[in-house]
Amino acid sequence: MNSLVRTSGSPRKRSLGDPAFAGLTRSAALAILVALAGVAVFLTIEGIPGFTAPADALAGHTTFLGYVWPLVFGTVLAAVLALVIAVPLSVALALAVSHVAPPRVATGIAYVVDLLAAVPSVVYGLWGIGFLGPQLVPLYRWLNAHAAWIPFFAGPVSTTGRTILTAGLVLAVMVMPIITAITREVFARSPRLTEEAALALGATRWEMIRMVVLPHGRSGVVSAAMLGLGRALGETMAVAMVLSASGVVTFHLISSTNPSTIAANIALTFADATGLQVNALIATGLVLFVLTLLVNMAARAIVVRSAPGGRP
Amino acid sequence: MTQLLLDRSAPPVPTLDLQRPRLPRWAPVVVLGVSVAGAGLLGLLLGWSLAPMVIVAVLAFIVLLPAWSSVIEGGRAARNRLATALVWSAVGVALAPLVSLLWKVVQYGLPQINGRFLTWSMRNVIGEPGGIFHAIIGTLLITALATAISVPVGLLAAIHLVEYGGTSRVTALVRFLVDVMTGIPSIVAGLFAYALFALIIGPGTQLALGGAVALSLLMVPIVVRSTEEMLKLVPQELREAAYALGAPRWRTIVRVVLPTASGGIITGVTLAIARIIGETAPLLIVCGATDSTNFDVLKGQMASLSVFIYSSYTQTGTHPEILQGMAWGAAFVLIVVVMALNLTARLLGRFLSPRRPR
Repeated sequence: MNSLVRTSGSPRKRSLGDPAFAGLTRSAALAILVALAGVAVFLTIEGIPGFTAPADALAGHTTFLGYVWPLVFGTVLAAVLALVIAVPLSVALALAVSHVAPPRVATGIAYVVDLLAAVPSVVYGLWGIGFLGPQLVPLYRWLNAHAAWIPFFAGPVSTTGRTILTAGLVLAVMVMPIITAITREVFARSPRLTEEAALALGATRWEMIRMVVLPHGRSGVVSAAMLGLGRALGETMAVAMVLSASGVVTFHLISSTNPSTIAANIALTFADATGLQVNALIATGLVLFVLTLLVNMAARAIVVRSAPGGRP
Repeated sequence: MTQLLLDRSAPPVPTLDLQRPRLPRWAPVVVLGVSVAGAGLLGLLLGWSLAPMVIVAVLAFIVLLPAWSSVIEGGRAARNRLATALVWSAVGVALAPLVSLLWKVVQYGLPQINGRFLTWSMRNVIGEPGGIFHAIIGTLLITALATAISVPVGLLAAIHLVEYGGTSRVTALVRFLVDVMTGIPSIVAGLFAYALFALIIGPGTQLALGGAVALSLLMVPIVVRSTEEMLKLVPQELREAAYALGAPRWRTIVRVVLPTASGGIITGVTLAIARIIGETAPLLIVCGATDSTNFDVLKGQMASLSVFIYSSYTQTGTHPEILQGMAWGAAFVLIVVVMALNLTARLLGRFLSPRRPR
């Protein structure tokens, strides 16, 4: 503390140091704005030639739209599959941590979920292609034999398990920690007094959760799901490794021909791409960027509106 | 409530019991035992593998306990039991992939680890296991460079948001965009860095610095968010005490606020490193893949652990099983590094938590 008093005694130093430091921090904050704008600008510059590229740069498609549409379809399908699986599980997990499990167990569950978030996506991909996929083949055969009348489970069944459903399952495991973390925060903020009033009136724990916690946390769950959607849309390596893609548009979830996703397509074909093919790939990346940006902005807007002053 | 009271006429012993009869405390344990035993017996008779047995056991538990409860305790309590059982099975379902993943990585990866594996590169290695030295060096260099870019920018931006920001419109915009940035797909960050260096140096440039730039784009928002939270925890009285001693604002921040929050900031940075050290997609695009060790971050392709895992598992050479085994070994190393970083962050967080005024 002594040094503080001594060195800051001169008023001239103060007049120089403060604006300089404030300017330094402001330029760092502005650098973030510039970086984000830079992402959009550079992707656009390098992507524009791709929008009008000839067929040989677009894997045989005559227009860019025809090239990107099956990829967008696959991206959204995989992400939606992941959400359908992950959201109910995450809500249940969040309830376990915030309201059901005893505090010590709840801390343990929260820690394990954080560990799931820490595993790199390429390791998820390795696990999906090397273990989960082959394990799921008997289940897919069974589904195809007994439920083939549902169009999702039409054949021919994949023999490697590298289907869009497997990719969706791996994605679900990957987005679950994000959705759980936000949902948990929202549930923990539900009004304590109302909860206790419900219990005091004789409600069971489930009735209390259904009447107090879930209505209070609804918008939080929605925005958490959308943030998870943003993550699932952009996830690359797990899908690129797990999915055996052939670029078709189909709702058959367990067959050997699967739609590809934008991110996986970039990762799989970028190394061999040359010239305009690179521009076309960057253009699809721009499409993915805009897609995730819209989803994330919507999610953040809901968070800001539902919890003034508080962020997830 | 009235119905509950009326129902009381049923039991013959006149006690002042205001509740309906309840299942004993050990009821869930008994039902769980019965479900497991039943599913196990059925599975053994029909020759199932483990997975269907577990599924049937869980389903039996979810059905049996509420059924028993609805007979004894009534519908509302039964629904409560059903919800609780579902929540706990969800916990089990969420736990299963983590256990399975860690087990497989250890089972396939650990046998690969030896001196040669950690100290050789893949240069001129054909038809026999090589090493991942080049990938370890690459990962360390790229991550260190990304950290060197992200930490100053993230730290200063967070200081701006908390100490100078106030409620201005620009601050709100930066805060919103930092949130949005956390959602940028990693492959888009990679494409951005590729496009940037394609315009600066020339098309098709692949270099480690580009990978570091891409990773910084992913790391900066994490650093900003965690630093912001920590700076907010510093009590306002500390700042006021420093001002009262005549310290200018910037010295207050550098000498009082930052040291107070340093524990949390270091924890946040460690977690951010753990988050990006396993990133693959951007490095695949900007850094490429090579079999040789490269120490020059400004020139040439550089291998990394994550890209090595991807490229060696998906390669179709003459001996795919050797490279696939090495991929599991590299995954084991990567998981150990990530878990160690997470553990370090947790311990740092415990020992260096912000000192509060007494």
